[in-house]
Amino acid sequence: MTHRHTAIQDLVTHAPDAGKVQTFLSSGKRFPIVEGSSVTFIWHGQADGVTLRHWIYGLESDSALIRVQGTDLFYLTLEIPHGSRVEYKYEVHRGGGSHWIEDPFNPNRARDPFGANSVLQGEGYEIPTWTNKDPLAREGKLEPFGFNSHALGGRQTGHLYLPARFRKTRLYPLLVVHDGSDYLKYTGMKAVLDNLIYRLEIPDVIVAFTDSSDRLREYANDERHARFLTEELVPDLTARLPILDRPGARCLMGASFGAVASFSTAYRYPGFWGRLILQSGSFAFTDIGKRNRRGPLFDRVVECVNHYREEPIAVSERVFVSCGVYESLIYENRSMVPLLDATGMQVKFVEARDGHNWENWRDRLREGLSWVFPGPLMFVYE
Amino acid sequence: MSGPSVREVVLGSAVPSMPPRAVVLLGPQRFDPSLNESVTKLGVSGRIAVITAGWQERESEDEELSEHLGGRTVNLRLHQRAEEIFKADVKLKTAHRERQEVLRHRQDFYRIRLEHSLDAEHVIRQRSAPDDILADEALASVEAIRSLDAWHLGQCARVRKDFAERCDTPESPMLAKHRHEVAAQIKECDAIAIAGGHVASLLNRLTLFQIGKLVGSRVVFAWSAGAMAISERVVLFHDDPPQGPGASELLDEGLGLAPGVVVFPEPEERLKLDRQERIELLARRFAPALCLGFPPRSRVILRGTRLSAPQGVLCLRRDGTHGLFDPKKDAA
Repeated sequence: MTHRHTAIQDLVTHAPDAGKVQTFLSSGKRFPIVEGSSVTFIWHGQADGVTLRHWIYGLESDSALIRVQGTDLFYLTLEIPHGSRVEYKYEVHRGGGSHWIEDPFNPNRARDPFGANSVLQGEGYEIPTWTNKDPLAREGKLEPFGFNSHALGGRQTGHLYLPARFRKTRLYPLLVVHDGSDYLKYTGMKAVLDNLIYRLEIPDVIVAFTDSSDRLREYANDERHARFLTEELVPDLTARLPILDRPGARCLMGASFGAVASFSTAYRYPGFWGRLILQSGSFAFTDIGKRNRRGPLFDRVVECVNHYREEPIAVSERVFVSCGVYESLIYENRSMVPLLDATGMQVKFVEARDGHNWENWRDRLREGLSWVFPGPLMFVYE
Repeated sequence: MSGPSVREVVLGSAVPSMPPRAVVLLGPQRFDPSLNESVTKLGVSGRIAVITAGWQERESEDEELSEHLGGRTVNLRLHQRAEEIFKADVKLKTAHRERQEVLRHRQDFYRIRLEHSLDAEHVIRQRSAPDDILADEALASVEAIRSLDAWHLGQCARVRKDFAERCDTPESPMLAKHRHEVAAQIKECDAIAIAGGHVASLLNRLTLFQIGKLVGSRVVFAWSAGAMAISERVVLFHDDPPQGPGASELLDEGLGLAPGVVVFPEPEERLKLDRQERIELLARRFAPALCLGFPPRSRVILRGTRLSAPQGVLCLRRDGTHGLFDPKKDAA
C-alpha cells in the first residue's frame, strides 16, 4: 500500500512554527485540502483540542484533530472515497467546555432545518449543473394552497407548482412531495423542476408540495395521513386542475420519514400511486421482537415494514429508491430493494457517497424524477 | 433501363405506389441550415409546403425557415388544424384520445419486454462459450428483439386501423374540410418540407391529414423528426438519457416515403458511437434497412429506391463500426 505525500506532511516534517503555519494557511489552498482520496481537515486557533464531527456512518464520529507541535494548527487526514460529499462541523474544546462551529476556512455550506454544516466536496464530486437556476429555463409558478382535511382534522397547507407553459386544456401528471417547504428551501426543487422540464428530461408536471405540522406522527405509517393524501388531496386537486387520472401519472415522494409516509400510503392504497420516489427511507424493521434499536418513534414504522416483509406485494408500478452509503439507513434500504423488486414493480436503486441530508436528496432528483416521469427527450429531434 | 451508378444504392423495400420525384433526408436545420442548398440542387423553383407540426404550439414560428427558403413557403398548420378539429368534433377528439391512451399502454408494455430482451442480449454477449454457440445465441438474441419489434408494429397498426374505421366512416365534416384545404394547398406547391420536433406528435398529424397520399410526385425535404416520420419505421433512441441506459425502441410505422432507411438524427449527440456492440445491435436489429445517422449539414437523396449524393451521412454498420455513408461500400 502506498501513502500519498500530502501538504500537511510537508509542513509537519519541516520544523513548523507560527510563521510557516501562516504561510501554509495563506498559500491559496482550499480547505479541507483534497489530494486525491486523502482529505486533510484544518483548524487554526487557540484551543485545548479540536474534534471533527461528521455524520458518516461507519467512521468514528468524534475523530480528534492532531496539533502541529508548537503551533495552534490542528489537522486530521482521512481517506475519503472518490465522489464523496461529507457534511461536518468542528467541536472546539476550551477550558473544560466545548462548542460546535462551522469550518471558518471552508465557504461551502449546506443548510437544513437545524442550521448549517460545512461541506467537504471530495475528489470527483461536483454540484450538478441542473441544480443551479438556468436563465434559459422558463420558470414555473409556485402558489400557496390549503384546505381543511377531515382525515387529519385541521387545515393542511403547502405550495402548488405549475409548469411554465401550463394550459388548462392539457392534462398533467401529479407529483405529491412530503416536507414540501423543506424540499423547496433546501434542495432548490423549483429550479430543478424548471431545468429538467426545459431539458425535456421530465414532462410538464403539477407538483403539490405538502407540509405537516406533526410529521413524526403523521408520516410514521398513519392511516389518516394516507387517507388525507389519497381520498382528499388528490380529488381536491383533480377537481381544480387538469390532472391525468391514472396510477402511472401519480407519484408520491419523500425523504426519511417522508419516504415512509409515501410508501405506507401506497401500501394502504395499492395500485393508486403508480410512481414512488423514496429517498433515504427510515424503513426500520426487526427480525425478532417489535422494538427497533431506533426507539419508540419508529414503532409504527417497524409495524408497517415488518408486515410488508412478511407479505410483499406490488403497491406501485415504478419505484425509485436512493440512499447515502454514509447513512445508517443504508442497511434498511438495501434490505428493502430486493423485496420491492421481487413483486414485479420496476425498481431503480441508487446509492451515493453521501449522508442523510438535503443535498444528497437534491443530487438524486434528476435520476429519480426522470425515472418515474421520463420526459419527451426520446421523442424530440429538432 | 440503366442500373444504379456507383454513387447509388438500390434498397430492397417496397416503394409507395406513387413515389415522390425525390426524397431528401437532411440533418438538423436549427443552427446551421443547409436546406436551401438542397432545394437549389433539386431544382425546386415553385412554392414549398411547410410542415412544422412537430414544433407543436410553436408551429407558427416559422419566420426563419420561410426566410431561409426565400419566402415562398406555405405552412400547412397541421397542429393548429388538428386542435380546431378536436375542438369542434368532441366525438373525434374522444376517440383520438382513447387511441392515444391505448398506444401509450402498448408502448409501455413493449418497452418492458424490450428492456428484458436487451438485458438478455447483453448478458449472453458477456458469456464465454465456443464461437459457433455464441454466434447462434447472438443471432437468437437479435431475432427475439426483431420479433418483439414486429409484434409491436403489428399492435400499433391494429390500433390505427380500428381508429380509422371508427372515425373515417363516415368522415368527420371538420376533418374532411381541413383535409380538403390541406390537399388544395399542397396542390399549389412543387415540394414539401417537413421539419423536426416531437416525432410522435408530428407523425400523428401527418397521418391524420393523410399527407402520405397527398405527396404525389413532389420533392420531399425532411429533417430530424421529419425524416424519421417519413421513413418506414420510427426508432426512438438516446444512449444516455437521465433515467438510465437508453433502449432504442420503435414508436410506430412512418409514412414509408423513405423505404429501407432507419433515420438517426444527431448521432454524434445521441448515440455512443464508440460502443461497437450497441452499433452492431442497432444495425443487425433493423437490417436489411440501412441505419443512417444525420449530423448537422448532412444529406442524402432518395429517388425511388436509389440513395445518392450522400453528404456527411453516417452509416451504422453490422460489424459495429460506423463511417461516412458510401453507397458502393454500404450496399446491402
